[in-house]
Amino acid sequence: MQKNGYGVAMEDNELKTKAVSTHKFLIHNQGDHVGVAVTDIGKGEKVVGVYMDDGTTVEVVANDNISLGHKIALVNLDVNQPVLKYGIQIGLTTCKWEVGDYVHTHNIKTARW
Amino acid sequence: MEKLLGYRRENGRVGIRNHVVILPVDDISNAACEAVANNVKGTLALSHAYGRLQYGEDLELHFRTLIGIGSNPNVAAVVVIGIEENWSKRIADGIALTGKPVSYFSIEGNGDFETVRQASWTAKEYVQWASELHREPVELKDLSVSIKCGESDTTTGMGSCPTVSQAVDRLVDAGATVFFGETSELTGGEHLIRERMATPELKEKFMAIYNDYVGEIASQGVDLLGSQPTQGNIAGGLSTIEEKALGNIAKTGTKEIIGVLEPAEAPKSGNGLYFMDTSSAAAECVTLMAAAGAVVHFFPTGQGNIIGNPIEPVVKITANPKTAETMKEHIDVDVKGLLSREITLTEAGDLLMDYLYRTVNGRLTSAEALGHREFVMTKLYRSA
Repeated sequence: MQKNGYGVAMEDNELKTKAVSTHKFLIHNQGDHVGVAVTDIGKGEKVVGVYMDDGTTVEVVANDNISLGHKIALVNLDVNQPVLKYGIQIGLTTCKWEVGDYVHTHNIKTARW
Repeated sequence: MEKLLGYRRENGRVGIRNHVVILPVDDISNAACEAVANNVKGTLALSHAYGRLQYGEDLELHFRTLIGIGSNPNVAAVVVIGIEENWSKRIADGIALTGKPVSYFSIEGNGDFETVRQASWTAKEYVQWASELHREPVELKDLSVSIKCGESDTTTGMGSCPTVSQAVDRLVDAGATVFFGETSELTGGEHLIRERMATPELKEKFMAIYNDYVGEIASQGVDLLGSQPTQGNIAGGLSTIEEKALGNIAKTGTKEIIGVLEPAEAPKSGNGLYFMDTSSAAAECVTLMAAAGAVVHFFPTGQGNIIGNPIEPVVKITANPKTAETMKEHIDVDVKGLLSREITLTEAGDLLMDYLYRTVNGRLTSAEALGHREFVMTKLYRSA
């Protein structure tokens, strides 16, 4: 099984959670600062995320409602810090983040324009 | 896998559709082309908005696109109609290099009625001739495949693009040709593409094209906030251009990139993976890739882009469970199981490859069945 260099691929033998589909978000790579909701998440909900690169899991309490496809913070970050997803910078924080925060255009911006 | 069947054209290239195209050279010849297509069933008029008072590189691109579309192996024969004879002849001569039947007609001095009368006789002859052509066994290495995603969201980077990536690697391993493009949407991941270029010269050529694009945006005194990512992308959870780019690049597989192409330029370095300088607007991009010879297109979508192309079947793939449900009629390959972890990426790749075989062998894609035939020429400059 090949990876494309920055870990969007899943190893076939790592589908440990195949039978128990309890995760509510996925994370591309270990070290990423955000996960992506694969179903709508409610404020205050304790949710499990699965790392797509190695199949390990993480648990986070959501501080906001987070819709399918939207991001949840996995780390506390200060303002103006690089944000990692796919193990690569996708922008800068525009304010302080807490674990479990909803992450979108209100608290992250491009570093390019 | 079952056998692949395609149309082997006069020049040895393989098509998977058998269109007879009525091709306007310019905007004012659309009506005559549509009249011919109305007279002769089974032909396809490709109306478009340009072709007058263009010049320089912009005019060259116009010719290259029209000649490329006529030359595409999905096209059996072509009737070219333009207002003036010279440009009509130039396009027909370019297409004739493939060895396929092509004729041209010009309206000036004849009027629409006489042009349509003459062109209809030729179109009827072509369509009846083409209807007797047979599919024959072909191989994956005979195929040129284009890839471009649209209405992307975060599920694109997690599901539909990695699925296409699987297919791209398998196709390149089998000796096929694959095109990707979308210059603007590599922003934030351009270094990843640069690293995969086969030679230092290609790295340099790629970065020159990329920097030209960035420079053009800067010269307008604008940033792309509001356009990149788009409102649809943002609704789907993408927050920055870098995040969008990384999802986009996730569909390009892992192989070395063996060429950097101008818009609509057909590859000359043999089979493999190519980058083409294109707009990221879906219809423009797919039209340019069809003009370079792509016979089938993989289109990953998140929020649900509905694009098709008149001569190149477009296969839609989504991993977004909401889109798979609410826009079902547009989706060909549903890989939402990647998000729920009910299927593996290899299994998703199998689903797409299976759909590719069926599409090659004649199954209409959703975009074909729904009549999506977006044919959009790329224009570089304002007209003189």
